[in-house]
Amino acid sequence: MSDPGWVKFSTSGSTAVWSCGGAWTIEHATRLDGDLTIPAEAKSKSAILDLAAIDQLDTSGAWLISRHGKALATQGFAVETKEGDPDLAVLLKRVVETEDVLPQEPPRRNLGDKVAEVGAAIENILVESRDLIAFFGSLVSALTRLAFTPWKLRWNAIFSHVEQTGLNALPIVGMINLLVGVVLAFQGADQLARFGAQTFTINMLGISVLREMAVLLTAIVVAGRSGSAFTAQIGTMQVNEEVDALRTIGLNPMDVLVVPRVLALMIALPLLTFFADMMGLLGGGLMCMVLLDISFNQYLSLLNQAITVNHFWVGLVKAPFFAALIALIGCFEGLRVSGSAESVGRLTTRSVVEGIFMVIIVDALFSILFSYLGI
Amino acid sequence: MVAKSDLVISLKGIVNRFGSQVLHDGLDLDVKRGEVIGIVGGSGTGKSVLMRTVIGLNQQAEGTITVLGQRMDEISDAERTKIEARWGVLFQNGALFSSLTVAENVQAPMREHTDLHPQLMDELAALKIRLSGLPADAGAKYPSQLSGGMKKRAGLARALALDPDILFLDEPTAGLDPIGASEFDQLIRNLQQSLGLTVVMITHDLDSLVAICDRIGILIDRKIRVGTLAEHLKDEHPWIKEYFHGPRARAAGIGA
Repeated sequence: MSDPGWVKFSTSGSTAVWSCGGAWTIEHATRLDGDLTIPAEAKSKSAILDLAAIDQLDTSGAWLISRHGKALATQGFAVETKEGDPDLAVLLKRVVETEDVLPQEPPRRNLGDKVAEVGAAIENILVESRDLIAFFGSLVSALTRLAFTPWKLRWNAIFSHVEQTGLNALPIVGMINLLVGVVLAFQGADQLARFGAQTFTINMLGISVLREMAVLLTAIVVAGRSGSAFTAQIGTMQVNEEVDALRTIGLNPMDVLVVPRVLALMIALPLLTFFADMMGLLGGGLMCMVLLDISFNQYLSLLNQAITVNHFWVGLVKAPFFAALIALIGCFEGLRVSGSAESVGRLTTRSVVEGIFMVIIVDALFSILFSYLGI
Repeated sequence: MVAKSDLVISLKGIVNRFGSQVLHDGLDLDVKRGEVIGIVGGSGTGKSVLMRTVIGLNQQAEGTITVLGQRMDEISDAERTKIEARWGVLFQNGALFSSLTVAENVQAPMREHTDLHPQLMDELAALKIRLSGLPADAGAKYPSQLSGGMKKRAGLARALALDPDILFLDEPTAGLDPIGASEFDQLIRNLQQSLGLTVVMITHDLDSLVAICDRIGILIDRKIRVGTLAEHLKDEHPWIKEYFHGPRARAAGIGA
């Protein structure tokens, strides 16, 4: 190994001399960059860069020397370079010849640009909403077309997605709803006990689980679990140009990728919701048995008096709508992926956030509709 | 005879197997300082696996690897990191980090291995980008905005970021048009001479083999046969004969 790089400045007569030596490599670049200065005493107009003592040079060192030489030249010095080793001279020549490489400063942004950015962001939201609606339109038209030719549906894909999004989600959906049933019953019993209305815990539990909790929680879990999976799957295919490949062999990505996922989720989510209803009522029931000191049979008969089948249907009827929304947004964002791995990540996040947001909005709309209809 | 210190890479008795399939069986290879060695071989003979074994992305079943005088299986992680800073790798499709701009890609190894201050890092990244034959404004672009050939150049700029001693290239000219490919060959030769690099390149491009490789290693029968082009032309092995005397070889001006 050679000595670390060094630079010495001296003046002899009317010339300023920079003598350089040692290893001019990337490890020493920061220090050498600081040492290569043009001191005030270098008033003369001729400069010598003496590189004879350099025994190791890489592009970083060559860049520093080349830059120093150019800086001297712009200050009006007549620069003479004394090169040592011819091998090093080849590298230095190559770096010097690479024309000015300083990266351009990005233009400064003023207030007008910021206002324009806000406008562009809003336009972006509007364009995206329009695209989503257009995507919904083409999904409906594909579904209508396939409704008359159901043998063209990709049943294998549909069942495989039902398995992935439905069957495989049973443990997590069951667990969450069981625990939420327990919590609802416990909190409800605690509050209602103050009025001596503890038995109404079962009414509250039955109605809230069946109408809202089960379907909403299940939809949120599915949006996080399957909506994200749809975006990531389709997005990665998009990055690998698989989606383009589908188009070139005459397959419509809408038929092959989107329709099976939407239909599968529309089958899976109502089934999951039914399971969630049962688990929620079971969890709540277990808690009621402890808190109200009743048997399971008593719980069932009290539940039977407290709720009607309408409550059950009100919850369940929302499931296919939520499913369609989640799958639609998941596939839409997946197809918007372009180019990079980073874009897959960004749009997957967006797909989950939008999916959950839209589910809650639509749930609120359903509440208004049902109260208007008096159900 | 070459002096021991002149051996940059030395492989002894490398065995690689996947399940029951044996890819390399007792493979020996020595790479000398400052040479360009081309690795060729039929599909599935393990060219990429060999390269990945040397750079430590694949663990060999048996055998030893010595890089720059250090036994790779005996050194500590810290020493390994030092060795890693002395080689640059160009993957087949560039393998640029898609969330970073080209300039940031080039700076990524600098950030990890050096303490350069940001302005100098910007300047050096811009220099490497220009040296690898990209226009200066390419630095601010993201990999998804580049064409295939530009991605390769950007990958080369990243591989050269730390002024490595050894450059590994996986099919550097595959997918480039003939003009671009021969420019790329010249670029590699040029950089190799001015920076004093040792280059290990996997290639199928017969023109590159002729134009820039000092020696050629042919992966055959789970071993590697290394020699100059003239030596390989005399080889009687049927695959090698076919390779260097086929119609494409004749078109490249070899054999015939």
